[in-house]
Amino acid sequence: MRSPFKKFLASGNVFIWGCAAGVSVSLLMVFGLLLLIVINGLGYFWTANIVELTLKDKQHVMGQLAGREVIPRSVTPDRPEGKSRLRVKIGNRDIYGLDFKWVNDDQIASETYSPDIALLERREWGNMYARIKAVYKGEMLQAEGNDAGWIALAPLIDTTNALYQQITRIERIEIGSINTDIEQARLKIRALEMGAAPDTRESGQIDSLKAQVAAAESRYQERTLELDTLRTQFNEYSVLMVDANGREKQIPVGQIIRALRPNEIGLMHKCWIYLTNVWSVLSTEPREANTEGGIFPAIFGTVMMVIIMSLAVVPFGVLAALYLREYARQGVMVRLVRIAVNNLAGVPSIVFGVFGLGFFIYAVGGTLDTLFFPERLPTPTFGTGGILWASLTLALLTVPVVIVSTEEGLAAVPREFREGSLALGATKLETMLKVVIPSALPGILTGLILSMARAAGEVAPLMLTGVVKLAPSLPVDGSWPFFHFDRKFMHLGFHIYDVGFQSPNVEAAKPMVYITTLVLITVVVLLNLTAIVLRNHLRKKYAGSVL
Amino acid sequence: MQNGLRQSPDRNYKDHAVKLTLNQVNFFYGDRQALFKIDIEILTNQVTSFIGPSGCGKSTLLRCLNRLNDLVEGARLEGTMLLDGIDIYGPNVDITDLRKRVGMVFQKSNPFPKSIYENVAYGPRLHGIRNRGRLDQIVEEGLIGAGLWEEVKDRLQASAFGLSGGQQQRLCIARALAVKPDVLLMDEPCSALDPVATAKIEELLFSLKQDLTVVIVTHNMQQAARVSDWTAFMYLGEIVEYGLTKEIFTTPSKKQTDDYITGRFG
Repeated sequence: MRSPFKKFLASGNVFIWGCAAGVSVSLLMVFGLLLLIVINGLGYFWTANIVELTLKDKQHVMGQLAGREVIPRSVTPDRPEGKSRLRVKIGNRDIYGLDFKWVNDDQIASETYSPDIALLERREWGNMYARIKAVYKGEMLQAEGNDAGWIALAPLIDTTNALYQQITRIERIEIGSINTDIEQARLKIRALEMGAAPDTRESGQIDSLKAQVAAAESRYQERTLELDTLRTQFNEYSVLMVDANGREKQIPVGQIIRALRPNEIGLMHKCWIYLTNVWSVLSTEPREANTEGGIFPAIFGTVMMVIIMSLAVVPFGVLAALYLREYARQGVMVRLVRIAVNNLAGVPSIVFGVFGLGFFIYAVGGTLDTLFFPERLPTPTFGTGGILWASLTLALLTVPVVIVSTEEGLAAVPREFREGSLALGATKLETMLKVVIPSALPGILTGLILSMARAAGEVAPLMLTGVVKLAPSLPVDGSWPFFHFDRKFMHLGFHIYDVGFQSPNVEAAKPMVYITTLVLITVVVLLNLTAIVLRNHLRKKYAGSVL
Repeated sequence: MQNGLRQSPDRNYKDHAVKLTLNQVNFFYGDRQALFKIDIEILTNQVTSFIGPSGCGKSTLLRCLNRLNDLVEGARLEGTMLLDGIDIYGPNVDITDLRKRVGMVFQKSNPFPKSIYENVAYGPRLHGIRNRGRLDQIVEEGLIGAGLWEEVKDRLQASAFGLSGGQQQRLCIARALAVKPDVLLMDEPCSALDPVATAKIEELLFSLKQDLTVVIVTHNMQQAARVSDWTAFMYLGEIVEYGLTKEIFTTPSKKQTDDYITGRFG
């Protein structure tokens, strides 16, 4: 006769509780992490009101509230417990040197939200919180006083922003393409000079190329003159600001991206500003050592890298799996290969990075350079890190996942399908292509999904194979041949590391880290969703097959 | 049956030409011998059935006829098998051509995960027919031949998995007919079907044998008695008795056969 306790144990309830507890703890951790990232990330886009604090020592502090905490003992051991302090984003880095300031609650004498304080978003030095004193055109006074200055400022900012776009366009596209022309003509000259003994026809070619270079250089001079006039217009107006403690600072209007008076705008308008903030982070380039501005190049680089990786890893992995499962004689050798493939998935990613550096960049890239781009040496073209090599390194890293899940997919295709096809006179290859692979496609896509998730989050191998903290141009642009696989690129994962841990201004960079993390997770989820939708579509198409 | 004595039907012999001749066929899976000295002839435009208990080698024999056993690792065949006088295991035989001439329907219906139309058109497409009109015609003929046309003509583009079990099996027959085979091998085609679907396929066999030679393996002795002209009883890899169906089932000459068909073992 079993005791009731033993009976209870044998009933398995405890076991079920254990399983449920395991699942709940995992879920809690995942959702807790997501919640932390979402709250911290999305909070950054909100334009908080500007508070003006008068302290008991008659000092003034002006800025946006960024948090409140109980003063930790480690900071002020002599204080009684339970006192709290405020963290205020005071901006004006050019005046105070720091973006944030701690203010103890018991120091505050008064707290006001006056509607006339302006928030200036600047191209350099971060935000400024101050009142307008006057607006100047060169030395001439245009408007005086806070309200008059505010009214005069708004149209000026629109003008300078338009000018800024025009200047960037000339610098990037027009001068950029002139530079490309000059560079290419020079390389052609160099290639001709490096070739066999110069005959007359070749020297004629060199002369015409030199003429091209000269023409391009004169076009470049014209553009520079145009730029000079634009820049003068750009810096024509300036605004004199005065901060909470009466310090004055004159800044050119060209430096201002946007001016707001957060305390006087309504909720709806703030929501609109929130959306424009989100969009500008997603669509613009970083500023000020990546701590301000957007992360578009990093998003672009991540997505493009994952796509190139997928294009490389799927054919490679599927062919390997097909051979292992369908053609190779099943024996000791194949078993050993399988074990090796599975173990490959466990190799630390930095090892793949070193391999990518040694094999792809130095060996393959170096050879490509000597064969196809000798005129550019010693400047490497493919013999240095780039998006192609990084993607291929990640493809190697993730190929075991694709092989394993493709093999599983192939194994799950019922034998009846193969026999049915063979019995109709199909060859083995025809059976593979028309029946087996289509039925195994969901399995193959599962492998792709797993490998994309892994690749998008990998950072270590990229640091050796072509990721940079700030890429001057995207891997895809308007100049021929449009896709530049040799270019270095930015990546969200590396961006998190760089902004969060390599930045000189850690406090200011913190929200950027949360946002980048949130975007990285979103990108991974979106890429996976695409593959999952595709897989479900295929499953429906091949409904009835086992997968 | 021993000493090279050909087991062949000796009555009505002249009415039908010999389609398949098996000469002293031994078959091995690795070291294990599965068929012993099979020595029979199968006649054109007749239905020949193989009966016997599970594991007696009837499916193995069937799969030797279209060389599907070639896929099994370590499989080996001795003796000769002639199709219209040509050795199907000869060195110059193209296996895909052979399988085109010797179609097969399996125990478990196995339509491909494609539309009804694509299932039937699969074989003809493989053999190089691209013309849409010609394909349409072949598909229609195949489906009519399998008695499925009236049921599916309005939904040819629908998935084959939407059909019932019996319809799927007839689709597989249509698929096999679409490559215009000489011989149709059927490996227990009705074992997973209900009586109504079984009856439909049995009816079909009577019309199929006008154009084809049918070889059917079955567990069901009543079915063998109903549909076949000739019956072979197999036991432990050997052919025990082979002859006209009505004689096998009424006056078997071997005691083993008698025991099996009266249900005393098997």
